[in-house]
Amino acid sequence: MTGPLQVANISWRFIRVWNRNTLVYRKIWLVNFIVPLFEPLLYLAAFGVGLSVLIGKVSYNGEDISYIVFIAPALLAIAIMYNSFFENTFASFVRMYYQKTFDAMMATPLSLEDIITGEIVWGATKAVIAAAIMLAVLSLFGYAHYPHALLILPLSFLGGLAFGTAGMVCTGLVPSIDMFNLPIFLFITPMFLFGGTFFPISALPGWAQKLSYGLPLTHLVDLCRAFCLGQMTQSLIWSILYLTIFFAMLFPVALIVMRRRLIN
Amino acid sequence: MGENQRFIIEVAKLRKEFGGTTAVDGISFHLVPGECLGLLGPNGAGKTSTIRMVYGFSPKTSGSLKVFGLDIDSRPREIKAKIGVCQQENNLDPDLSVLQNLEIFARYFSIARKETRQRALELLKFMALESRKDDKVTSLSGGMMRRLVLARALINNPDLLILDEPTTGLDPQARHQVWERLELLRANGLSILLTTHYMDEASRLCERLIIMDHGSILVEGKPADLIRSYAGDHVVEIVNPSLDVTDFVNAHEFRHDSLDHRMIIYGKEADRLFEVIGDRFCGQTCIKRLATLEDVFLRLTGRELRE
Repeated sequence: MTGPLQVANISWRFIRVWNRNTLVYRKIWLVNFIVPLFEPLLYLAAFGVGLSVLIGKVSYNGEDISYIVFIAPALLAIAIMYNSFFENTFASFVRMYYQKTFDAMMATPLSLEDIITGEIVWGATKAVIAAAIMLAVLSLFGYAHYPHALLILPLSFLGGLAFGTAGMVCTGLVPSIDMFNLPIFLFITPMFLFGGTFFPISALPGWAQKLSYGLPLTHLVDLCRAFCLGQMTQSLIWSILYLTIFFAMLFPVALIVMRRRLIN
Repeated sequence: MGENQRFIIEVAKLRKEFGGTTAVDGISFHLVPGECLGLLGPNGAGKTSTIRMVYGFSPKTSGSLKVFGLDIDSRPREIKAKIGVCQQENNLDPDLSVLQNLEIFARYFSIARKETRQRALELLKFMALESRKDDKVTSLSGGMMRRLVLARALINNPDLLILDEPTTGLDPQARHQVWERLELLRANGLSILLTTHYMDEASRLCERLIIMDHGSILVEGKPADLIRSYAGDHVVEIVNPSLDVTDFVNAHEFRHDSLDHRMIIYGKEADRLFEVIGDRFCGQTCIKRLATLEDVFLRLTGRELRE
């Protein structure tokens, strides 16, 4: 079965692939924990102590908040994006191309679709772990408003699925591992800079604002910020819907390009 | 597998095309329970393409392919659950230890977690790898890796073992170790389908052979029968044959191959004239030996190099 019908080839067995990746992750859990633990501290030190003095307050949704409170939730959103996107590009590519792990799996009852699903769900799981650790650090400094901030956890899973699936589409298409630099430059870096992360979208000209809202990170940042600040508005539903549709549309594409790549 | 299962593998008019080229050109064969069937052929003959279709890795272009009586296209999971596969490339999981490679693989087959450890340890013992169970896969020698791949292929207690060039790249000691394990498995009634370049491997392990070239089956039969029909019993190789020999051989219409600096003459055991050649024309540049599968293979597939 090819095309959108490939979804029918997915079974619960995808969890076995997820198990495999979890086991490998646990082997070096300390190293895996260090980055999400200390990265926010570095950012907070640089922006909180350094830049914050220059900038002072930021006007966001009609409220004046300190710059550090403004960027703390964006750090979460960026971590969610990086963890899932990089897992399902570089790490998945290494398993697929260099280690031939997928080839070995395909000689078992696992289908290609189980494998890809397991990889994407694993990428999303990694995003959840990173978000949880970062959230704990940010909470210590009082940058998370509870109980709303707990919504970050399910959100990081959704965001992880969205960015992981985008990464998997790249993995299905790139001829070599070096080529990942292209989607990173064209897709990830512009979002990192212009997705409402380090300055409010409202500072951009009108056309750029519209463009920015076409990108998934902008929505993820809005959601993280709302959950951290405890500012729940109805328009957040649209951001959740955007991320869900982004994932739902790209997921069959990921299955198609991976089948084209691996099955012949 | 049902008691009355006639064939483990049943292939009819199987074709595989990649883009414009035909890798497998309408072949038919079968494998009966408990048999070891070998696919022989030069590089590019279509051996690997064939077995990749059998274990559901590569979809067929046309024809019919049944494993355990089930259609490969509609029931791949059930078929794959009962097959063990040793692929050509070592694709052990370098992120995992020796033991974990087996345990995690067992989980892909949904073998209960409490059974996986015991089963993995048994197989490591069978393959003489127990002492390396906690080591990284990358620290193993080529022969050990191959044995581990074989252990991994047995983790689900398969009814059919598929081996794609199981001993390519191994030193003689390591090859013999793999062969001994495979002979034990065969003695226990496991059905095996294997591809190989090595004639000694094929004649030692396989009851029946298929020699393929250019995607088609050239001949099929027991190793001894193939040798008798296509190379005779004895062979005389003469280096730099004189014109006398050439004339003699041509006059008596012996089966022979004339190469640049060598003549290979194939004869039957009871062949008197064949002995005459040995006595009359053989100096020091002449070898008398038994006919082998390699003679059959080279006669059928030619001597030119393959890419």
